[in-house]
Amino acid sequence: MKRVKLPIALMVALLLVAAPYFVARAPAATVGPVTDPIGVVRVNRGQPITIAYWFVIAGPDASLGIDTRRGVEIAIEDKKTVAGHSIRLIGEDSGCNAEGGTTAATKLAANRAVVAAIGSNCSSEARAGVPILWKAGISTVSPSNTAPDLTDPQRTKDWDGYLRTAHNDLVQGRAAALFVYYALSVRRAATIHDGSIYAERLAQRFAEIFKKLGGTITSQEAVSPTDTDMRPVLTKVAAGNPQLIYYPIFIASGGFITRQAKEVAGLQRTILMSADGTFSPDFLKAAGEAAVGMYHSSPDFGAFAAGYQAFLQKHQRKYGEKPLAPFHAHAYDAATMIFAAIEKVAKKDSAGNTYIGRKALRDALYATKDFKGLTGTLTCNPYGDCADPKIAVYQVTSADPAKWNPGAENPKKVWPR
Amino acid sequence: MMQRGVLQRFSVIGLYLWGFRVGVLLIVLWGSFGTFQAGCPSALTLCDFKSRYAADVWLDLVIYGLSQGSVYALLALGYTMVYGILRMINFAHGDVFMAGAYTAYYLAAAFGRSGFLNRSPLLALAAVLALAAITAMSIALLIERVAYRPLRRTPRLVALISAIGASFFLEYAFRGFFGSGFQAYPEWNIFKGEWTFLGTGILRTQAVVIVASVLLMAGLYAYVMRTKTGTAMRAVSEDLEIASLMGIDVDRVIVVTFAIGGAAAGAAGVLYALVFKQVHFFMGFFPGIKAFTAAVLGGIGNIPGAMLGGLFLGIFESVGPILILEGLRVPGIYPAGIPAPYQLKDVIAFTMLVMVLIFRPSGILGERLAGKKA
Repeated sequence: MKRVKLPIALMVALLLVAAPYFVARAPAATVGPVTDPIGVVRVNRGQPITIAYWFVIAGPDASLGIDTRRGVEIAIEDKKTVAGHSIRLIGEDSGCNAEGGTTAATKLAANRAVVAAIGSNCSSEARAGVPILWKAGISTVSPSNTAPDLTDPQRTKDWDGYLRTAHNDLVQGRAAALFVYYALSVRRAATIHDGSIYAERLAQRFAEIFKKLGGTITSQEAVSPTDTDMRPVLTKVAAGNPQLIYYPIFIASGGFITRQAKEVAGLQRTILMSADGTFSPDFLKAAGEAAVGMYHSSPDFGAFAAGYQAFLQKHQRKYGEKPLAPFHAHAYDAATMIFAAIEKVAKKDSAGNTYIGRKALRDALYATKDFKGLTGTLTCNPYGDCADPKIAVYQVTSADPAKWNPGAENPKKVWPR
Repeated sequence: MMQRGVLQRFSVIGLYLWGFRVGVLLIVLWGSFGTFQAGCPSALTLCDFKSRYAADVWLDLVIYGLSQGSVYALLALGYTMVYGILRMINFAHGDVFMAGAYTAYYLAAAFGRSGFLNRSPLLALAAVLALAAITAMSIALLIERVAYRPLRRTPRLVALISAIGASFFLEYAFRGFFGSGFQAYPEWNIFKGEWTFLGTGILRTQAVVIVASVLLMAGLYAYVMRTKTGTAMRAVSEDLEIASLMGIDVDRVIVVTFAIGGAAAGAAGVLYALVFKQVHFFMGFFPGIKAFTAAVLGGIGNIPGAMLGGLFLGIFESVGPILILEGLRVPGIYPAGIPAPYQLKDVIAFTMLVMVLIFRPSGILGERLAGKKA
């Protein structure tokens, strides 16, 4: 008996001793010329600096992630080198749900070469993944998370390494409500969300402002992201007799709602409106002819900086198509913001190796001020909101995904004029 | 003696179970009653018996439920037939459904591009259905041959694990072939809009789905009850060993069972795509789970039970959230009923399953067969 117990006890002791090695955390360290309370990344001379993305690049919402990844790729092509090193981009699929966010963040956190991350796309992923990355000392800048909670002043320390270049939905929800109330003169509206933090908060914000303006919210419904039969919930919505339905959800379920709304008695003439999560040619595929005439709230491409036109030309040359979703320019800005912060804090030793302090990088990112990006002039507030948010409303004019050309043609910008 | 008998009957577990049954029933009754007390200021007073929704709203909900339920029913047939014969749950069945719908999408899209789809719509639909049924049938047979037959003499759990493996294999094989995104079926112009039937409008796609599945199910039932192969299937399902002693080729019967189940799943896939349009590699998962639930609800192993279970489940999902949750007014917490009840659609569906199983553990029509099989 004793002979069995001893090896087991030894193994347990060994595991306990070895455990800190397996836990992804960066201890305070002095490496080369840099001392940092969280940790230091050393990049040897001639080696690339590793930047990681965590985007949704598979499944029905892949257009969102591929669009942002392209923004990062173009930023890397433009920048070429950071602090004398080439840039290596690695990435994980984050699936547009909390589980995917956890998986992607855990994988990236285990990779000590990662200097900074860009992501996530969906707010649910961020809520699960950001604390994991920050425990490993990795700052992450999101190009498309919009849920207000993520940069809320009440958030915990786990969020110290999180910033975003996307607008906060406090802005988008308000803009959508103003458009609906004043431009469309709608007084009765209903909302539908899918239980994700993005959709729930945006629908809530829309309803809040719409009520404040004097409108009536006939019902606030919810579906689950895997639902396909929306007719029962739409029938319930129809009973309240709304003039408009605002459903800021994602592509698959948004497509089902758009198609099926036209088939439910009492909703044939109801105006449909969604948000930036469905602003993609893939959505036209999902929704078909029923999408024509509906509205989307989304970033205002017309208000972007002058460099955006050159970006679009590069995009067209490189990928042979128009951007697939609204956040490519935000991703470009997230990447350039990170590059600028790295150059600010990187130190070299005599052999030409580069050292980057993780806390120093985080502080440099938060100190971003009057940064000239494609989406406007970015200044980060103490909670990581860096965007220069301008929201427009677009109307779909053709259901053909090949005719996707947001702004002038399809979807056509209708507000603000 | 008598006294001990009575005491034994009231065991702690028995009491708990009865308490649970009564509790669930009370919640359902309270909720349904509350729904028909619309406009009543308090949950504790009695008002006029009327709901927020007009009668035709309820009728619409039932029709939506029927059309969703008939797809579940077609799928549930596959689960129940395989269970009846092999006592095994074929968890890959939902993915056979996906395989049929996804493959046939490419034919439907080609028809759509060439215009054939709207020139001769019924012929196009028949061709798409046939391709889906044949693909799904071949895949079902392949799975049976590769993943189930070698494991027939092993404990049942082994085959179950193999089925889950087959399910993942199919999902990710299709993801590899066709990508992780989704595709959208083209629209048949003749199925746009509504038909008026007995004074109520019914969506054409849903009418087609209901009629097609009823026809398919009737044909299948006739096949099992009237033909020689069907009789052999029933014999094998009653007692595999005796049936083989009587000269029935058990392997052949099992192959036929998988073929029929697979074809029904493929057809169900196209019908589903007619209504919902989107197809993707993971689309079989949730309908598969729901159809399995429907099969258990109806009494697994029983063919009419599977049909009934599917229809019940579809209607519960569609009507349940409004009927039960909206009226579930809890004073102080939810004075106006549970908010956004359709988020809890699946909760209703699975609560119904629990309800049926605690009152009739063998399912709605399961008792007759369960006695013999035990």
